[in-house]
Amino acid sequence: MSGDRRTPKWNDLEVVAGNGLLDRRVFLAGGAAFAAAITGYTLSEPVAAQQLVDAPWSTTAGLPIPDYGVPSRFEKLVARTLSNPSGAPRTQHARTPHQLLTGTFTPNGLHFVISHSGNPDIDPGTHRLVVHGMVKRPLSFTLDALGRYPMQSRMTFIECGGNSAPLFSREPVQGTAQALHGLGSCAEWTGVMLSTLLEEAGVDPAATWLVAEGADSLAVSRSVPIAKAMDDAMIALYQNGERLRPGNGYPMRLLLPGWEGNMNVKWLRRIKLVDMPAMSYYESRTYAPILPNGKAYQFYFLQEIKSFITHPSPGLSLTGPGVYEISGIAYSGNGRIAKVMVTADGGTSWAQAALQEPVHPKAFTRFRVPWRWDGTPAVLQSRAWDEAGNVQPTRAQIIAQRGETATAVTNAAAFPSQHYNGPTSWAVGPGGDVTHVYA
Amino acid sequence: MRRCDGARVRRCEGASACLFALAMLAFGGGAARAQGPGLGTPVSEAEIAAWDISVMPDGSGLPPGSGTAAQGAPIFAAKCAVCHGASGKGGPNAALVGGAPLTSGIDTTKTIANFWPYATTLFDFTRRAMPWTQPRTLTSDEVYALTAYMLALNGIIDDRDVMNAETLPDVRMPNRDGFVVRFPEKTP
Repeated sequence: MSGDRRTPKWNDLEVVAGNGLLDRRVFLAGGAAFAAAITGYTLSEPVAAQQLVDAPWSTTAGLPIPDYGVPSRFEKLVARTLSNPSGAPRTQHARTPHQLLTGTFTPNGLHFVISHSGNPDIDPGTHRLVVHGMVKRPLSFTLDALGRYPMQSRMTFIECGGNSAPLFSREPVQGTAQALHGLGSCAEWTGVMLSTLLEEAGVDPAATWLVAEGADSLAVSRSVPIAKAMDDAMIALYQNGERLRPGNGYPMRLLLPGWEGNMNVKWLRRIKLVDMPAMSYYESRTYAPILPNGKAYQFYFLQEIKSFITHPSPGLSLTGPGVYEISGIAYSGNGRIAKVMVTADGGTSWAQAALQEPVHPKAFTRFRVPWRWDGTPAVLQSRAWDEAGNVQPTRAQIIAQRGETATAVTNAAAFPSQHYNGPTSWAVGPGGDVTHVYA
Repeated sequence: MRRCDGARVRRCEGASACLFALAMLAFGGGAARAQGPGLGTPVSEAEIAAWDISVMPDGSGLPPGSGTAAQGAPIFAAKCAVCHGASGKGGPNAALVGGAPLTSGIDTTKTIANFWPYATTLFDFTRRAMPWTQPRTLTSDEVYALTAYMLALNGIIDDRDVMNAETLPDVRMPNRDGFVVRFPEKTP
């Protein structure tokens, strides 16, 4: 270790907030040496040190390279959880394992999927996208034709309006970050700006909405205001550099950065310009959350600012007192994350987290803060701010506005309401185990 | 003419890249508006007809045809009851009749009677998505009849009321006024 002389003495570092939160700037000062000092989280018991010998894989040539790479066979636990693996005639959900990932982009095989009637097996050669309704020239586009348009790439999250819904439960639902928040993911999407196609079709100035519709068996459809379509909407063809995965809309989907997942219509085949919302099933019923007074919100559109800690979180144990890195994900449908604060004492005191650069608008932003855990109970929580001045609300603020269930929710896969963007609190017990609490 | 531009892009990549770059500069960064190569194929509304299944709350998009609850009952028994139960009382999938007041809690089950603001949505969703195993196989008369049946089961219309493109948009759903627009500034 060439960095020995610079190796920090963790016990000398200034604690900036209660229960051992350290200054985020030690990451910059200490470099790799600090990283080496940080203790990892474990899924199983640590093993004792032993004499090092050559392992079998070090004494023989390795395996042939596969044509399409997949993770190591030792990483099989890093997988989505499925709500309906047999494909029974109802919605299927596949949740992203946030607690087993780091960074900001979700690998394509782990991107969350909700399919209301399964993934259609679309032949890209015969798929068509039609733009019609209140336009001068109704047009049909092949995938090959769209591939010749000028493209843009943007990093953006997509999140189901029902993500984090268990947190509307009167009592905390026990579950991993995957179970509670796994219906949101982030990727680099590449495609053709929708405004380019709309201008080619010639939109009637009287049109105020469009209805987007998929080629799936339910022909899922949602109404989108024209202003959003002309602002930053994209016909996405690529996901992290490769074609969209079937579950994410192959061969093309509507991408509405920062807006409710279901509106980002997958398997997109039709865009109809209209002068009123269609009041489709999913907009007038499913994604309209009921309020405590019996009214319901309509046209929620935005995925508002949210953050949660992924490390540690339920399922990841601390292996004893020492220095750990707390990290998590923050994002806002309104723009860039500006600041994330973290508490280790249930909200009494807060430390500012370091943000992983670059910070993209409407994208997952990784935050990190060093933490010296002394082995006593701690309650961790994060809160985020965005560049537009929005602050992640406290749970008390959300519940005051949106209500909570009358009885405790027992099923982590339930959707007691939609659009929860309050904080998530993790309690660390004396043995290093992590549970979900309200704080 | 736009097709000619598209052809030139293929032949003269350097020049077209410059044109695109200039277009991007002119419109600024980020979500810049780009001039496309104009490769959309003109298509007539007649050619789109089979896909154009959107029904709007004012009734536009509703097809010719009609049906009553009495006509809908045997269709429901044959094609819908396997999932939604006899008389829509619920089975493996959602009940289509009844529903608790929405003041019962934020997690109250949403139903046609207690939640759906527009009867046109019932026609639209039934036509586009049902039956689950055979979507878009029902005739327009069958969809009108099933819509009438579900509305009558919930006491929203009379058993003898005929549902068609004129009458369906006039059905006033019980929860029509039960909504608050979340982001009025983003909602035309």
